[in-house]
Amino acid sequence: MSFVGDWNAFLLLIVVGFLPNEVWRLLGFFVGGGIDESSEALVWVRYVATAILAGVIAQLLIVPPGALATVPALVRYGAVAVGLAVFFATRRSTLAGVLSAEVALIIGKLALG
Amino acid sequence: MTPRFTETELPSNRVAYWCALRHVPGLILSWVLFATYIGIGAMAHDLNFSLGWAVASTLIIWASPAQVVLLSTLGAGASPLQAAIAVSLSGVRLLPMVVSVLPVMRQRDTRLRELVLPAHFTAVTFWVESQRILPSLPRARRIAFANGLGTGLCLGASLATGIGYLLAVHLPALLASGVLFLAPITFLLTISRNSQRFTEWLAIVLGLVFAPLAARLNTGVDLLIGGVAAGTIAYAVQRVRRGV
Repeated sequence: MSFVGDWNAFLLLIVVGFLPNEVWRLLGFFVGGGIDESSEALVWVRYVATAILAGVIAQLLIVPPGALATVPALVRYGAVAVGLAVFFATRRSTLAGVLSAEVALIIGKLALG
Repeated sequence: MTPRFTETELPSNRVAYWCALRHVPGLILSWVLFATYIGIGAMAHDLNFSLGWAVASTLIIWASPAQVVLLSTLGAGASPLQAAIAVSLSGVRLLPMVVSVLPVMRQRDTRLRELVLPAHFTAVTFWVESQRILPSLPRARRIAFANGLGTGLCLGASLATGIGYLLAVHLPALLASGVLFLAPITFLLTISRNSQRFTEWLAIVLGLVFAPLAARLNTGVDLLIGGVAAGTIAYAVQRVRRGV
């Protein structure tokens, strides 16, 4: 295992990861009060950003990377359901939801995997 | 309960900075954030990025959705252009956060460069906690306190990224799968927590359903197609419900 690895990956990190994200902070920094937060374009972007993030979550659960792929699909979806159920039962406690989903995933894999 | 710090408790910027650093581990939000970053570190390992790359991504991008989008698009072999567009769309939400948080810490004689670091630290956890706690602080100490908060959160998250990466290297598959599961489950619950309106839920549900459908198109920009379609439908429904 090399700590640094491939330098091209760092170039990608700057150009594809850092800059496209940081540009919004800079824009907020420079134009500040000149932006109407309730403008229709920003509302639309917020909906699209939420949907993209949901899409990323779905893909992580359906075609998971690495070790998560060794957990049966049924167990992955079941653990998400347990996490959501506990989250709502605890009046939206993220921590309780995450912990119970993790426990469900481990138990499920031990039982069915 | 919001803790209160007065002028006598924060006599200097240095004290305010340290106070903020010590404030970080006491927040539940911090622990959810660290859990997310443990998952991101593990993801970076399983998608064949280096440990240094993973920690650097946390320090300079400092936005977990952007990082997960970057990892999953590059890891799945998507084009850099699609990755950049998807990252950028996930980052737009930072703009209104920066716009709303900087005035809380600005004074009449504040120099613009003093706000560069707080602007970079702005991400959802920092923003939520700043909005909650800064108004109760003496105005002259707010930037130092915000920088302490941002330093604590960002260093904690970088440490968590490294820990997650090393856990993925050394843990048996059973526990490693649990570590990887942290990223999707913390995200799902965090966006659920932030959604109050019906149409926000609609964007989440449609986003979840459209992604695997769009993935069958194999265009290289599937994530964007699914997300733009789902988000636009939710936005349109919202407009219809508002009657405009």
